[in-house]
Amino acid sequence: MRSKIMTGAAFLAVAALALSGCSSDTDSTGTAAGGLSIDVPDIPMLEELGEMESEVNIVAWSGFVEPAWSDEFTAETGCTVNRRVAGTSDEMVQLMRTGDYDIVSASGDASLRLIAGGDVQPINLDLVPNFGDEIVEGMKGQIYDTINGKSYGVPIGRGANILQYNSDVVTEEPTSWDVAWESDSPYAGQIIAYDAPIYIADAAVYLMAHEPDLGITNPYALDQDQLDAAIDLLKQQNKIVSEYWADPAAQITSFAGGTTVLGTSWEILRKLTDDDKFKSVLPEEGSTGWSDAWMIAAESQSPNCAYAWVDYTSSADVNGAIATNFGMAPANAAFCETSDEAAAHCEYFNATDEEYFSNVWFWTTPIEQCIDGRTDVTCTNFQQWTDAWLSVKS
Amino acid sequence: MNRRAQLSALLALPMLWLIGIYIFSLVMLLVTAFWVTDPFTSKVKPGFTLRNFEQIIANPAYATTSLRTLGIALAVTVLSILISVPLGIFMAKVASPKLRAILAVAITLPLWAGYLVKILAMRITFTEEGFFNSMLGPLGISGPGFSIVTVVLTLTYLWLPYMAVPVYTAIRQLPPNLFDASSDLGAGAGFTIRTVVLPLIRPAIIAGSIFTFSLSLGDYIAAKFVGGSTQMIGSIIASNINLNPPIAAAFSLVPIAFVVIYLVSVQRTGALERM
Repeated sequence: MRSKIMTGAAFLAVAALALSGCSSDTDSTGTAAGGLSIDVPDIPMLEELGEMESEVNIVAWSGFVEPAWSDEFTAETGCTVNRRVAGTSDEMVQLMRTGDYDIVSASGDASLRLIAGGDVQPINLDLVPNFGDEIVEGMKGQIYDTINGKSYGVPIGRGANILQYNSDVVTEEPTSWDVAWESDSPYAGQIIAYDAPIYIADAAVYLMAHEPDLGITNPYALDQDQLDAAIDLLKQQNKIVSEYWADPAAQITSFAGGTTVLGTSWEILRKLTDDDKFKSVLPEEGSTGWSDAWMIAAESQSPNCAYAWVDYTSSADVNGAIATNFGMAPANAAFCETSDEAAAHCEYFNATDEEYFSNVWFWTTPIEQCIDGRTDVTCTNFQQWTDAWLSVKS
Repeated sequence: MNRRAQLSALLALPMLWLIGIYIFSLVMLLVTAFWVTDPFTSKVKPGFTLRNFEQIIANPAYATTSLRTLGIALAVTVLSILISVPLGIFMAKVASPKLRAILAVAITLPLWAGYLVKILAMRITFTEEGFFNSMLGPLGISGPGFSIVTVVLTLTYLWLPYMAVPVYTAIRQLPPNLFDASSDLGAGAGFTIRTVVLPLIRPAIIAGSIFTFSLSLGDYIAAKFVGGSTQMIGSIIASNINLNPPIAAAFSLVPIAFVVIYLVSVQRTGALERM
């Protein structure tokens, strides 16, 4: 599977490179065989830092910006940190377009849209001294934050969307996602699902393992038939779902209140239930996941504070604190050597285990070009996913 | 200063509000319905296309959701009427002044609490191990969980004051001698309510129903927090507003159409003039 990710990534990288060669003109057609038509607006990069502004506004996943480390940042730089927590990548993209925010913790599916939409600026890595060689292999120069040789993001961490379960009810650890998808699940009516079109990819990951005839090799490259199959699976799941969540607080109360006994989750949400009976597992089919990076708004009002924040949070300690709090693998591998607890954390979240992450399909925006390398079919784009997603719940 | 200038000075602010902010933003919304979205970046570009409307017709999810939302809004309205009328009669005609004051406070007090707080309170009440199940569980009754039923109950809880207050006020204004005359002529309580009270308070019920109906029609937070997998018009608009704003704009015509149809049919009964 890993080789397939790499093929896809390499393919995209080549396409992006090809583009950089010919897109100096305004007309970037990208009609060459397999050419990707991502037209990236030309946004200047900050050359040098200046005076700190008074505040920095951040859109982040829950748990990424906490007083435990943002207070010290404010004390050091004088930049007051204003946080806005978002529940989905789609929300993040929309919030960034309001122009009210300087930084976003973008996952792969948001970052490409932000780059192509001209909403974020290229990052001058010379101004981020904490971004160095210690960044884990799997997060360097990824297609979703590096385009045309320019970096747009500084990696924060990565992780998988896990299967969380209430061990009082689900007494045996599930090994497969089938308990969350199949109609005959013993937990029918008590299953929670994620409320965003990107969740279609979770269905595709399951189909990839259980319906090999469909020929899905990448859950973000679905042709119309494959998308239909994923939607059918989601509709089947709809009948056994207790709730859909996009709001982290709703997900936590759903588990804590007993309405839900298993379903898709993030490690931090499991921890926030503050109850050891809730456990998590990465089932054998693998899962979708995210690889997040800080990105700076193209029209940032506080670019200096923004750079300072990105640098501050890339240091081994702060990056590790975020990763520990959220429950994910840190981007800065140097953290793993800072203490025994840190080493244990990295071990548990497989921080440097690229083999483990070969089973995790990082969120990516689906586009018409099949990113699994197929050229004989057109893949479904994100608008088609969005539209199809509506039919799941009705 | 002449009268005309005085009048226009007086009307300037409300007109600015009505036209400049209210109508203008609505028109902009409707114009957006004809714009196009970049399929990759989800960015909106001005243009002209009917594709958004085609999609709404082609995808049955939009129609089923519209009908479900309409059903929910009507159910909330009917439930509010069923609660408000007996409550109003009791408060206005039976209760002692002290009890009446307590009830009036009890009905309006929830209006002072935050909207989201009330929805989350309902969420905690109806969760599997929540208040409802723990109170009624011993009797063998289990709650509706998070479903359409809970959405209807929650919306009724939210909007009941908008129905109960006008209905109570209307009943309070009914002259007591109408009741005396009715009973002198031999009518029982039920008959009096049906033939005397209800026709007289109909404008108040219709006024209240405009609130309960249109507020329910536009709500989606209740569906999100207590609806389980229930999808309402607002849920679709909210999820599309991030990904495909033009289709959200196009779909927002549906609740507008519902409300306009409702207002027109209400107006035909002549109730609006007496509001």
